[in-house]
Amino acid sequence: MKYLILIQSNPRSLAAWEKMSDDERMAFGRDHRRLSERMADEGVLVVSEGLADHSLSKWVSVRDGGTISSDGPYAEVKEHLAGFYLIDTPSLDEAIAWAARVPDARYTEVEVRPVLDMSGWEF
Amino acid sequence: MVEDLLRTSAPQVLAAVARRYGDFDAAEDAVQEALFAASRQWPADGIPDNPVAWLIRVASRRLIEIVRNERARRRREESLLQDPIACVRGDDELTLLLLCCHPALTPPAQVALTLRAVGGLSTAEIARALLIPEKTVGQRISRAKQRLRDVGAKFTLPGDLEARLPGVRQTLYLIFNEGSTASSGSALHRVELSAEAIRLTRQLRALRPEDGEVAGLLALMLLTDARRPARTREDGALVPLAEQDRALWDRDFIAEGVALITDALRRYAVGPFQVQAAIAAVHDEAPSAAETDWPQILELYRLLAALAPGPMVTLNRIVALAEVDGPAAGLRALDAAELDHYRVAAVRAHLLERAGDLGAAREEYRRAARLTLSLPERRYLEARVARLA
Repeated sequence: MKYLILIQSNPRSLAAWEKMSDDERMAFGRDHRRLSERMADEGVLVVSEGLADHSLSKWVSVRDGGTISSDGPYAEVKEHLAGFYLIDTPSLDEAIAWAARVPDARYTEVEVRPVLDMSGWEF
Repeated sequence: MVEDLLRTSAPQVLAAVARRYGDFDAAEDAVQEALFAASRQWPADGIPDNPVAWLIRVASRRLIEIVRNERARRRREESLLQDPIACVRGDDELTLLLLCCHPALTPPAQVALTLRAVGGLSTAEIARALLIPEKTVGQRISRAKQRLRDVGAKFTLPGDLEARLPGVRQTLYLIFNEGSTASSGSALHRVELSAEAIRLTRQLRALRPEDGEVAGLLALMLLTDARRPARTREDGALVPLAEQDRALWDRDFIAEGVALITDALRRYAVGPFQVQAAIAAVHDEAPSAAETDWPQILELYRLLAALAPGPMVTLNRIVALAEVDGPAAGLRALDAAELDHYRVAAVRAHLLERAGDLGAAREEYRRAARLTLSLPERRYLEARVARLA
């Protein structure tokens, strides 16, 4: 089953980051990289990415057939997605075990969400 | 045409090469390369008179090159070259399947290794079928082979053959179900895993013709796959059995599945796959939903609950019970069962709707739509909410 591990950026995570020493920041980044490598080695990684700053987002909509792209009205939002790991594991327990190894879980928390599959129960 | 021939030849070739040289890991790599060479040469040069022999020859040559590159094995080289393989033995394919479904491997590893080594699929094809990256599949396969080496698994028919067969059947059923699970995305250039599972189970049945549960498994796959054309709407929403257009069901699959399961139930000790196939057969043979033989289905679910209990079996039994004794009886049974499963809400919603309690049904459908892990189910449940609004 596929699970998405979501990492949010919010005032608490920013405060934790501010307090980290240079060595701690290095360990943080290194552990993210090692986790990706480990997931790939063990055959569970689908994709993992870190996202650019929220201020670089564009908000896209289509009205009357025309595309409108703007910087968006949501610049003051306090929490936004900072990165994710999409993994494929046999069960939720294993997905949780992987999530526990995300460095952010040591400072704030990370979210594990099941991805919908295409199975269907006929009755 | 060439592709089909390569796939059917793959397990024979691998089995023969692995048996001869005793090195499953290297043999598997060598056979992959031979298959690749054939896929490029045969369409241009024509198919050789004996394709399996051609593939064994090319794979053996490649294996020897691999072995030659490993200095430690240099001394074995001469004896290898002197004795080319002549034949494929019947037991080899079964040995290969058992090795790929080895209990030391995780289910995803068994699936990937079986599809490649027995199914003859490339890593890229498996990746597209499972909707995961090629590199991830490659890692699963190489880790699986490493694991087999670590536990000392050998390319020989195990002594506890009967005890190992349930694991093989389970892996094949898992491949079949992956076919209906990972079916989002483009169908173009994608191997149908359900069709692949049916093909592999036919092979197993040819090797174990007196195994009632293999017959039951094949029948179950055919009788389930027969309904696939009617199972989803264009927007991906699930169509429940009662609302499916039965004219779309595959009559050939149904006829084959019914014949298989009828024969198996007469001749062998009953098992969970046979009972599930029997239930599917009762549904598939009903001319309309209203004419379904629910009392028989209820009996079969009671039998299945005794043979292989589980929350889904209980839920299905309750659905059948409600069809026989009415929705109130179903709701009582559902409360009594105290199940912890996300599909409980869907069943309760369905039973409440049948009982005429539309307000409560709508709330349960809404809850069920939030709890489901399946996209087609969620669309169906949301449509139900809208219909009762």
